[in-house]
Amino acid sequence: MTMPEGWLTQLPAPAGTLEPVQRRGRLALSEHSFPSRRQESWRLTDLKRLEALFQLSLADQRSDCSNVESWPSVPALALRLVIDGTQDPLRGVTLPAGISVLEGAELQQALGHTLSRCRCASDWPVELNHGVSQQILALRIRGKVPPIELVMVADDSRLVPTRVLLLVEEKSEFDFLQVVSAKGQAAHSHLLEIHLGQESKVNHGLLALGDGREALLANLAVEQETRSHYSLVSVSQGWSFGRLEPRVVQVDGQASASIHGLSVTAADEQFAVHTAVRFEGPEGTLDQVQKTIAADRSHSIFNGAIQVPRPAQRTNASQLSRSLLLSGRARIDAKPELEIVADDVRCTHGATVSQLQEDQLFYLRSRGITHSSAAALLLRGYCKEVLDLLPLDASQRWLGGSLQVGGVNP
Amino acid sequence: MIRPDAEPLLEINDLHASVEDKPILKGVNLEVKAGEIHAVMGRNGSGKSTLSKVLAGHPAYQVTSGSVRYLGRDLLELEPEERSRLGVFLGFQYPIEIPGVSNLEFLRVSTNARREKQGKEEFDTFDFDDHVRDRLQVVQMDPAFLERSVNEGFSGGEKKRNEILQMALLDPVVAILDETDSGLDIDALRIVAGGVNQLASPDNCTLLITHYQRLLDEITPDYVHVMGAGRILRTGGSELALELEKTGYDWVDQQLAAEGVA
Ligand SMILES: Nc1ncnc2c1ncn2[C@@H]1O[C@H](COP(=O)(O)OP(=O)(O)O)[C@@H](O)[C@H]1O
Ligand SMILES: [Mg+2]
Repeated sequence: MTMPEGWLTQLPAPAGTLEPVQRRGRLALSEHSFPSRRQESWRLTDLKRLEALFQLSLADQRSDCSNVESWPSVPALALRLVIDGTQDPLRGVTLPAGISVLEGAELQQALGHTLSRCRCASDWPVELNHGVSQQILALRIRGKVPPIELVMVADDSRLVPTRVLLLVEEKSEFDFLQVVSAKGQAAHSHLLEIHLGQESKVNHGLLALGDGREALLANLAVEQETRSHYSLVSVSQGWSFGRLEPRVVQVDGQASASIHGLSVTAADEQFAVHTAVRFEGPEGTLDQVQKTIAADRSHSIFNGAIQVPRPAQRTNASQLSRSLLLSGRARIDAKPELEIVADDVRCTHGATVSQLQEDQLFYLRSRGITHSSAAALLLRGYCKEVLDLLPLDASQRWLGGSLQVGGVNP
Repeated sequence: MIRPDAEPLLEINDLHASVEDKPILKGVNLEVKAGEIHAVMGRNGSGKSTLSKVLAGHPAYQVTSGSVRYLGRDLLELEPEERSRLGVFLGFQYPIEIPGVSNLEFLRVSTNARREKQGKEEFDTFDFDDHVRDRLQVVQMDPAFLERSVNEGFSGGEKKRNEILQMALLDPVVAILDETDSGLDIDALRIVAGGVNQLASPDNCTLLITHYQRLLDEITPDYVHVMGAGRILRTGGSELALELEKTGYDWVDQQLAAEGVA
């Protein structure tokens, strides 16, 4: 499988702040081959769906935000920004004290730094974003600032590239929610870099909701300095094809990260979550739980890498993957990938794949609740444990407190 | 309370049941009439919980022969949820934890399912709030437990109280309480037993499964049955429980050995 002939040359000429990045990405795309199933991280991928992205037109006009009225209101003090790959998300916006735009030499210096630290700058989806992103939202966060809700929209068979960079300074605290929405067979190519300075704290949520026929490529690169706290809660549902890759590197140890994920697939969707956490200094911690629900003929993939090289003594990491198969034809591939070289570490991991628990179903049924309502109640409960962790009250505001999960047919 | 003219609520006839093709119940006979309290005793593994789960309709247990009539109809052909709605209640020996599902919501949904069948008006969330707070007093339970997930992180005793709370809400015709006394300290036992006594009426009946006399000091049964190897081996009045406490279950083994069963 390949990139169609001439796809690169029809792109708009490199220009603007991201010009060097665009050149770099396009060069990489032309020189490196398209992902192949012989590569471990693409082994299970339906590459035809990745290739289908080339059929989309690149975002060149404003997305239709006509359903804006149906969006929930933002919590008091929070700032909502909207990006669609073309319009300037900051136009007409007054940034609150503590949040400023990163520009010029400072931006050029920061750009790509975290990607390199996370060792993903040359990954194919990252290079794709490099090649096509037209603009960047780059912010410096200083102090305790109001939360930001970033709504990312894509529609009308377009490929929408978005790039965000957040420089969170020492001792700053920041809640950040991304709502990724898509309809009309559109696709997102999203690239995010977050740098957490010492003793800073970031509460990050990603709520990614497709409409069943859309695609999502999202690479989140996070770099943590000492005594920083990073929390990521990601929830995804409704993507025909998706690949979410959060990568965290703790550069000097003594930082803590928590990663909670929920991915829900149905119909013939394929969604992959590849997380990678790398400890480069001592006494770092990770608390990770990935939940997966696969219904119908869908395919869910989870790959959780944890790297503990020699300097990362006294690392304490735990990873748990819990998967629910709702149908005999659904498929779940969940795999931890531990590379531990340091000797004095605590690293636990576990993976379970199960169906709805018969005893739980029976308990509910023995209280007069029908089989289908009991199943729905159990699924809601299963999701709620992750949904409730989303920042900015996202679960209540965007989902009314729960996800609709259907298709229980063992 | 034994009344000769009382209506039979539950009639179990020569009931055989298996789990994973292993026969567990081997001919249980039992009739329970309105107003009666029956105790079912017996060693661990004698089939008491299996009997309770078969009555409640657990799909892992297959009835291989025999019948169970409930209020004159065939209980065994009903789905578990239908049995509950019609007034069959099983208090679990090991109540199940359900993370992420609010106890309050669970209680409301199940109470409304039963009320609908009773022809009563369903509660909205506000009315149910008042109702459940009233029923909490039956088991002297802290309202904080309503806000938690179903049984999640509850202690053994708290789980049992939550079971009796469900019984108080569901207003059952037949209440089967499987080892509701186990894991309770003496104060909690009194509270739970007090709740059961309070809920017993001339119109319903209670099947208490236990292997201790302790509970029967608080709730006086009209009949005591002793199970062994999947059958009821002996039936007597409340004095049988006291006798068992003195003699233990060795005679059960002897009887079964004599019959060539064990
Ligand atoms: N789900 C099950 N799977 C396998 N064996 C079971 C199951 N339930 C009960 N049994 C077996 O049936 C027998 C009776 O168990 P049980 O009904 O729990 O007895 P009791 O409640 O009197 O202690 C035991 O030998 C037990 O191991
Ligand atoms: Mg038992």
